[in-house]
Amino acid sequence: MVHMANQIALFFASYPKDEAVAGVTDHFKKFWEPRMRKQIVEYVAHGGGGLHELALEAVKHLSN
Amino acid sequence: MALIREVDYGTPKQVSDTLVTLEIDGKPVTVPAGTSVMRAAAEVGVQIPKLCASDNLKAFGSCRLCLVEVEGRKGTPASCTTPAEQGMKVRTQSPKLAKLRLGVMELYASDFPPELLKPSAGVNSEFQEMAVAVGLSKVRYGYSGKNHQNAEKDESNPYFSFDPSKCIVCSRCVRACDEVQGTLALTIDGRGFASQVSAGDKPFLESECVSCGACVQACPTDSLLEKTVIAKGRPDRSVVTTCAYCGVGCSFKAELRGNEVVRMMPFKDGKANHGHSCVKGRFAWGYATHKDRITKPMVRAKITDPWREVSWEEAIGHAASEFKRIQAKYGRDSIGGITSSRCTNEETYLVQKMVRAAFGNNNTDTCARVCHSPTGYGMNTTLGTSAGTQNFDSIEAADVVMIIGANPTDAHPVFASQMKRRLREGARLIILDPRRIDLVKSPHIQADYHLPLLPGTNVAMINALAHVVVTEGLVDEAFVKERCDVAAFEQWRKFIAEERNSPEVAEKFTGVPAADVRAAARMYATGGNAAIYYGLGVTEHSQGSTMVMGMCNLAMATGNLGKNGVGINPLRGQNNVQGSCDMGSFPHEFPGYRHVSQTAVRESFEAAWKVALQSEPGLRIPNMIDAAVDGTFKGIYIQGEDIVQSDPNTQHISGGLAAMECVVVQDLFLNETASYAHVFLPGSTFLEKDGTFTNAERRISRVRKAIEPMAGLGDWEATIALSAAMGYPMHYNHPSEIMDEIARLTPTFKGVSFEKIEQLGSIQWPCNDKAPEGTPVMHIGGFVRGKGRFMITEFVPTDERTTGRFPLILTTGRILSQYNVGAQTRRTDNNVWHDMDVLEIHPSDAENRGIKEGDLVSLASRSGEITLPARISERMQPGVVYTTFHHAMTGANVVTTEFSDWATNCPEYKVTAVQVQLARHLSEWQEHYRETRRLTTRIERESTAND
Repeated sequence: MVHMANQIALFFASYPKDEAVAGVTDHFKKFWEPRMRKQIVEYVAHGGGGLHELALEAVKHLSN
Repeated sequence: MALIREVDYGTPKQVSDTLVTLEIDGKPVTVPAGTSVMRAAAEVGVQIPKLCASDNLKAFGSCRLCLVEVEGRKGTPASCTTPAEQGMKVRTQSPKLAKLRLGVMELYASDFPPELLKPSAGVNSEFQEMAVAVGLSKVRYGYSGKNHQNAEKDESNPYFSFDPSKCIVCSRCVRACDEVQGTLALTIDGRGFASQVSAGDKPFLESECVSCGACVQACPTDSLLEKTVIAKGRPDRSVVTTCAYCGVGCSFKAELRGNEVVRMMPFKDGKANHGHSCVKGRFAWGYATHKDRITKPMVRAKITDPWREVSWEEAIGHAASEFKRIQAKYGRDSIGGITSSRCTNEETYLVQKMVRAAFGNNNTDTCARVCHSPTGYGMNTTLGTSAGTQNFDSIEAADVVMIIGANPTDAHPVFASQMKRRLREGARLIILDPRRIDLVKSPHIQADYHLPLLPGTNVAMINALAHVVVTEGLVDEAFVKERCDVAAFEQWRKFIAEERNSPEVAEKFTGVPAADVRAAARMYATGGNAAIYYGLGVTEHSQGSTMVMGMCNLAMATGNLGKNGVGINPLRGQNNVQGSCDMGSFPHEFPGYRHVSQTAVRESFEAAWKVALQSEPGLRIPNMIDAAVDGTFKGIYIQGEDIVQSDPNTQHISGGLAAMECVVVQDLFLNETASYAHVFLPGSTFLEKDGTFTNAERRISRVRKAIEPMAGLGDWEATIALSAAMGYPMHYNHPSEIMDEIARLTPTFKGVSFEKIEQLGSIQWPCNDKAPEGTPVMHIGGFVRGKGRFMITEFVPTDERTTGRFPLILTTGRILSQYNVGAQTRRTDNNVWHDMDVLEIHPSDAENRGIKEGDLVSLASRSGEITLPARISERMQPGVVYTTFHHAMTGANVVTTEFSDWATNCPEYKVTAVQVQLARHLSEWQEHYRETRRLTTRIERESTAND
C-alpha cells in the first residue's frame, strides 16, 4: 500500500505542489476502494512512515 | 444458412478518379481505370473461366483459361492481365474461345486424378467447376505418359494435406503466401514438367510456413486441403461469426456439415481481416469439442473434495446461497466478480451489472487489468477516450510505422500481414523492443531502426525521442496551437527539453546509442504520416500509464493524430479486451468509461436497473486478492478467466483464492483457477454464442451461434440465473435485447444494434447521432476531451532491480501458435509447434552458466522458482531472458512479482530480476503443483459415484 501510494506521488511530483497534492488525492478518491483509503488513513494516523510527502499530504486531505 | 460462397472478381479492386466504360458481351459497365477486363466482367455478372486468378492476388496470367476477344484487336488476350479501356468491346464466349479453353483444360486434366473428373465425383473444387464450365468430357491424351499421379503427399502439417497429384502449378498458393500472408515460405521449384510447389525443399511442418491457411484457401484444385474436410466431408452450411482469439477480431465463416463444424474459413467481407486468417483462428478450434470440456455444473464443499456433478438449479442455488451467507457475515463488499475478455459484450455487461445491482457493490474487474488498463488511463487522460485512434486499414496510409513493445507477427498475425504489405510498399519502420522480433528483419522487410532498449526504460526512451522533436524544432506548432491545451504543452515542452531527457543521458538507462534515437525521432517527426502500434511491452510496467501518455505526447507534438495513416494504436491481446473495458468491467466506471461518482450517470443506471448503486470505486483484481488474504473479501464469481495462471505471483493469487469461502468459476475447462473453486459452471465456446465482440480498432462484430451450448445454458443465461437467485432478476429474451439496453445507457453506443450490425457488417464506436455509421478514425478536428493534454512523464526507474543474487532481467510474452494461458490452443494440434514453454537466453549468458540448448534450467526470482528447458537465442540481448506463460505446468507467473503500474495496478510482467542456473529436477512449486492439480481436479461422476 505504501509502495503504491509512493508510486502515485512520484508521478505527480513533477507538477507544482498544490497541483501534485490535488492529483494524488483525486487518484486515491477515484481508484482506491474505501477500505483501502481507510487503511492508508489509519496508517498515516499511526505515523505514516515511509510515505512520500505528497502522499502524506493527500491522505490528510482524505481524512478531512 | 446455406453454404456461403463469396464472389471472386478475379483481380483486386482498383481505386481511381478516372472511370472507363466498356462493353462485356454487349453489357455496358463502368469501372475505375486500371480494372482488369476479368473484374469488369464480374461486376456485371459475367464469370470468365479462370484458375490462376483470385481477387486477393495480383493478376498473374498463367493459366490461359480466361482468354477473351476484344473487338478491333488481334489474338485472345488473358482477361486478368488486360486492363479495361474506354470504349472497349469484349466478347467472353465464342466457338474459338470455347475450343481454346477446352484444349487448355484438357491438358491440365491429363495430369490430374481422372476419378475426380467423373460426374460421380461431384463438383467440389474450382478445378472441377471449370471442367464443367468448359465442357470437358474426355481427355484425349490418356494417362499412361509421364505424370505426377504417384507423387508423395505431404501430410506433415497437422491441419492440411498437400497432394501434388492434384497440383496444376498455378502459383496461387505461392502468391498467397507472398502477397496475402507475407511470409514467402513457398516457391515453385524446378522448370517445365519438373515444376512443383515447394516449401523450401522441406516438409511443410519443417518449413518457414506459419500455417495461416492462405495457401489452402487459394488452391483451386484441392491439392492443398484441410484435413478436417478430408475426414468429415464437405460442409453444407455457413455461419458468419467472429474469431475468439486475439484482438484483431477476424471475421470467419464457420462451415458446418449438419451440426458439426468442418472448417473455419476467413470471411472476405470481414473489415478487420479482409479474408485472411492465422493458424489459431483458421485451424485451432478443435478445443470446442475436446474431451476435457466440462458440460455439467459441479459443486464441492472444500477444494480438496472431489467435484460432484449437479443440476444447473443446484449449482446456481448453492452459489447464491453461499454469496448471501458471506455478505450477511462479512458485509456487502466481501464478494465480487471478474468479467471475461473472451466473452461477448453482452455477457460482460451482464456480469458487471450483476455485481453492481445484485451484489450491491462495485467489486467488478476484468483481465484488462493485467494487460491494457494503462492504455485506458493514459489515453483517457491525454486524448479523452480509452481506445485506439485508428482503424486497421489506416496503416495503408502510414509512411512511418513505429512498433513499441509488440510482436505483431506472433500476437496479431493477420494485422501483421497488412502491416508487412505496407512496409514492402516502402513505409519506414522503427522498432522499440528489447528482443529482436521477426519484423526487425524478415523477407523484404528490414527495420530502419531497431532500438533494443533495456526492459523498464520505456519512459526514458519516449522522453528522449520527444526531446529531439522539441529541441530540434520538429514540433508541429500549428497542430499544437489549434488542437492542444497550450499551457500544458508549454509546461511539457520545458520539462522535455531539459538535458536529463536527452538521448545522451537516456542512453545510460536504455543502453541504446543516442545517435540512433535521434535519427529515429527525426524519421518519426518528419517522415510523413507516422503511426505508433504498441503492445504489452508498453503497458506491463510500473510506468505503463506514463508510457502511454508519453506516446500520446509525442504524437500530439508532431501532429500525428486525427487523420488517416497516423495515431496511437494499442494491439489488444484478447478478442474482447476493448469490449470488456467498454462494458463497464472496471470497478470505478460504468459502461462507456464514466466514473461511478458521476451522479447523473449513476442515476441513469439506477433508473434503468431499478436499484440503488454505489458511488465509490470497487476493488481491482489485485486488491481483491490482497483483501482476501487480509480476510475481508470472501467470495468471487469468475467468468472465463484464469487468474491463477495469468496473473503475477501465482502463490499470492492462489493463497488469496484459497482464503475465500466461495469461489465460483465459469469456464470451458477445469482451469487452474478452478482448482480453488467450490462451484463450477460450464461455459460455452464462441461457436455456441450469440452476441458481439469489439476488436482493437473499436469494431463491434457479431458472434453468431453455430451450434447449441453443450452445457444446455449459454453464459448469459447462467449469469441471469445467478443474478435471479441472488434476488435481482434480469429479463432478456435474446442477447440483442442486452445490446439494446447498452445502447440506451451508453452515449458512444447509442446507434448500435444487432439490426444495424447486420446492415453494415460491423460498426466502430462511437456510433451515435453524430456518427450514425460509426467512427473509423477518432479525434478528427478535435480531441474527445476537447484540447489534447500534454502530461509530464518523468522517468522513474522500477523498484525491481537486478542484484548479485538476481542479475538477469526476465521479460515474458507470447508466441504465434499458443494463446494466452493456452486453455484453448493447448487442446489443439498447435502443440506440435510449442508443447512447452522455454527460456530464451543469450549465448554469452548461457555460456557463463554452462547452459547448452535444451538443458533444464531453474529460473528464480524473489517471488519463486520454476524449471524449464533453455533455448539459446541471439534474439535476446545479454542480461535479458524471455519466456512465455502458455503452459500451466511451467508456472511462469510463479516468478513474476507483485510490482505494478502506478495508476492502474497492471502488473510489471516485463521486468523481473532473476537468476538462471542449470537444474536437475523440477522446482518445488512444480512438484507441489502436480500433486495439487491431481487432488483438486477429481470428478465424482454419477457412474463412478455409484460404484
